[in-house]
Amino acid sequence: MQRAAALVRRGCGPRTPSSWGRSQSSAAAEASAVLKVRPERSRRERILTLESMNPQVKAVEYAVRGPIVLKAGEIELELQRGIKKPFTEVIRANIGDAQAMGQQPITFLRQVMALCTYPNLLDSPSFPEDAKKRARRILQACGGHSLGSYSASQGVNCIREDVAAYITRRDGGVPADPDNIYLTTGASDGISTILKILVSGGGKSRTGVMIPIPQYPLYSAVISELDAIQVNYYLDEENCWALNVNELRRAVQEAKDHCDPKVLCIINPGNPTGQVQSRKCIEDVIHFAWEEKLFLLADEVYQDNVYSPDCRFHSFKKVLYEMGPEYSSNVELASFHSTSKGYMGECGYRGGYMEVINLHPEIKGQLVKLLSVRLCPPVSGQAAMDIVVNPPVAGEESFEQFSREKESVLGNLAKKAKLTEDLFNQVPGIHCNPLQGAMYAFPRIFIPVKAVEAAQAHQMAPDMFYCMKLLEETGICVVPGSGFGQREGTYHFRMTILPPVEKLKTVLQKVKDFHINFLEKYA
Amino acid sequence: MASSTGDQSQAVRNGLRTKVLTLHSMNPRVRRVEYAVRGPIVQRALELEQELRQGVKKPFTEVIRANIGDAQAMGQRPITFLRQVLALCVNPDLLTSPSFPDDAKKRAERILQACGGHSLGAYSVSSGIQLIREDVAQYIERRDGGIPADPNNVFLSTGASDAIVTVLKLLVAGEGHTRTGVLIPIPQYPLYSATLAELGAVQVDYYLDEERAWALDVSELHRALCQARGHCHPRALCVINPGNPTGQVQTRECIEAVIRFAFEERLFLLADEVYQDNVYAAGSQFHSFKKVLMEMGPPYAGQQELASFHSTSKGYMGECGFRGGYVEVVNMDAAVQQQMLKLMSVRLCPPVPGQALLDLVVSPPAPTDPSFAQFQAERQAVLAELAAKAKLTEQVFNEAPGISCNPVQGAMYSFPRVQLPPRAVERAQELGLAPDMFFCLRLLEETGICVVPGSGFGQREGTYHFRMTILPPLEKLRLLLEKLSRFHAKFTLEYS
Repeated sequence: MQRAAALVRRGCGPRTPSSWGRSQSSAAAEASAVLKVRPERSRRERILTLESMNPQVKAVEYAVRGPIVLKAGEIELELQRGIKKPFTEVIRANIGDAQAMGQQPITFLRQVMALCTYPNLLDSPSFPEDAKKRARRILQACGGHSLGSYSASQGVNCIREDVAAYITRRDGGVPADPDNIYLTTGASDGISTILKILVSGGGKSRTGVMIPIPQYPLYSAVISELDAIQVNYYLDEENCWALNVNELRRAVQEAKDHCDPKVLCIINPGNPTGQVQSRKCIEDVIHFAWEEKLFLLADEVYQDNVYSPDCRFHSFKKVLYEMGPEYSSNVELASFHSTSKGYMGECGYRGGYMEVINLHPEIKGQLVKLLSVRLCPPVSGQAAMDIVVNPPVAGEESFEQFSREKESVLGNLAKKAKLTEDLFNQVPGIHCNPLQGAMYAFPRIFIPVKAVEAAQAHQMAPDMFYCMKLLEETGICVVPGSGFGQREGTYHFRMTILPPVEKLKTVLQKVKDFHINFLEKYA
Repeated sequence: MASSTGDQSQAVRNGLRTKVLTLHSMNPRVRRVEYAVRGPIVQRALELEQELRQGVKKPFTEVIRANIGDAQAMGQRPITFLRQVLALCVNPDLLTSPSFPDDAKKRAERILQACGGHSLGAYSVSSGIQLIREDVAQYIERRDGGIPADPNNVFLSTGASDAIVTVLKLLVAGEGHTRTGVLIPIPQYPLYSATLAELGAVQVDYYLDEERAWALDVSELHRALCQARGHCHPRALCVINPGNPTGQVQTRECIEAVIRFAFEERLFLLADEVYQDNVYAAGSQFHSFKKVLMEMGPPYAGQQELASFHSTSKGYMGECGFRGGYVEVVNMDAAVQQQMLKLMSVRLCPPVPGQALLDLVVSPPAPTDPSFAQFQAERQAVLAELAAKAKLTEQVFNEAPGISCNPVQGAMYSFPRVQLPPRAVERAQELGLAPDMFFCLRLLEETGICVVPGSGFGQREGTYHFRMTILPPLEKLRLLLEKLSRFHAKFTLEYS
């Protein structure tokens, strides 16, 4: 290796171009001969390989689109090629994508978007006046009155104002400042950006980020990529996935040994767990963050998805404010929302925002600077967000249809949440906590010892083994709990509640049958 | 302005605690990031716009944002067909409307069929909708005279910037003097320097030759590389063609030489080709790196690792806000390609409307289609006007004493060199400003014209430039160019 390196280095002397070219290629040829080459072809080793690539990227995992989903894709191709299977279609119950599973977009939203996209339609009688008004307002605020211009990196001004107004209304009058609103490419973009700014230090002073277990694996993926330290706090399965401050305390104390815990992430309503935190819990968390000087990230993308009649969404911002100035002037908070969930399901638009509270003005400057490198979030997504925060109100032409569609979607989701919980709990060896909110069931499955052993023989996590078998035998694609994190020795999977009701019933029945067979097979 | 620590002590005195997140505690790499295109001068421009709105009197009535390559913001119209198809995709009820041509409807239906739930609102596969990737591959093949492109090597992205960052991310490894080094042109588009700062990679500058219309010399690549080898591990070479900010369109010979160099020196090639549709100068032609690479045959064609980037933001489309783009990877290790897909999957997918727009860009109306005539006319009009503005800019600037402008062969910018009197340079230094920033700030204050100082892109020591877009409408551009030239003369006089 040294000789090869020396040969290559030799090329770096003062030479005339042609002689350099000749001697360099002979040097390179010799170097190639010395360097290891793959035996199956006489090609040289690539520059970019698993060994030479960014190790942090290699460490990243994202189960929601991980190995099981790749397998589902392969099986779909096989089905397309006519290969016979015990099922006729793959059911993608792995990802929170409502429209992919047949949910219809909200008419008003798409009308405004179409008007913005092709403003000739503003002259068309087929569109209601309230949709046109909103489209005009958005376009006026865009460069060249077009969705095709870059916006300010923080997002279109009037949309940020609308978001602030929405937050103020949602929080019963607690004021929101448009200057604290940043539109983003989905909530994931905002979360990733804030985490990026927060991560610093080295060795024992490397930033620690507290995340719930189970979590939505964006968090662990970003932490891996940034080479930050993941600090797990366990949600309490015995208590409907409640967040226990004692557990937060345990986690942060242990973490202080080997990192500098600076950040606390909460997902409420929870993903994958579906729990909706009580107001008291949120107060306790805020107090804990204040005590331990932790920057709070509140992932609230499911704020419109609350089904249980005993539960209510309490925004971290509102609770923080209501706890009085010692907290509301000090605790640094970033809250996230998105167009992908709720009743809208506009995942493909990549719309989202974050509201930041108590950020140092210089940090806000740094944030805008960082965002500016990517210019701006997709303007059509910003427009979608605008309609989400500024929907038709009573008295407007589109209000009735809008309300009907919204209630229909949410009512349906609530029904499917209950259905799923009930059906799973009827299956011996499956236990499912109440789906208080969000879009997923995260049932616990009891996997017999023999199956655990079989999994280990296949070098798979037991719940991955289970999910692979489920996929191969029924075509149903769910994500193993190991992709989200769980207590040692417990197994789960995450399944969405998004297929249409009748199909969902069939799916649940199939899972039940599979599970019973599985238990018998590995008894 | 009080220092950060000063602020903190004041905060403590006021009963507020020190914050968790401060300049001191934040990610130090992020702190080092700069992006001049939306940097301090643009912030000042925003303030001035605000003042104008408040009725403050200025020597101008509007701020001209000639800092950013955003064609539609400067009045360029979107292509009708693109917006028709997109509107049909957004609101499929319109498929029954008589106001839309049949070919637009057909395209919309085709795209929607390929979407989950037949809706733009579903996430797509992380590499982008399969059908669109196939269309992109076919576009590449047509563009490159039949040289095959594999859809599996095409990854759609959130603008080209997203894909460039992703590829650079994969490449960064090592520490200390084995840390990845990346060769970038000077002057460059500052996405590159910003990303390298953020990733903690080593920036290795190679200078384009201003005396020869910003030509790229392999001997200069060689010089930069050898210098870099002592303190980092150079692993990638970035080329922007057509160039930004410089506007040069590289010759085929140059591209071959670059490929040979990259191969011999074991450098992963990044070819930023977002301006491939913006070539104006007679005698200039766009040669795609992919095509040239393949035509060079073995050992290059089968082994040189290459990533080429394109976007919906430039060209004749100017659809910046939709954030559409793609990368084609050539000779990438299969396992690394999987890693790249994994990385993309964490962010789920690029915006689907942007993907749909890209589809129309790569498969525009055919001559037999009803929308063809209007599409062609609109497209030609945009490109012809850009070409005229490129020529006009070069001409007017070269007539001004103390300003010299290389031919704007392509892209969307002029990057003229300005002579600044020594007294002005001194004054700038007194103010703690780069001399060309000082010049640009004064230009902004006195004329309302916002351009970006050359220091934001990089330039040879002791030279000064600014980047100005050619995007304002032709007659307005003429007035701006003249205003700017007069300002420069006045400025020179003031500091002589």
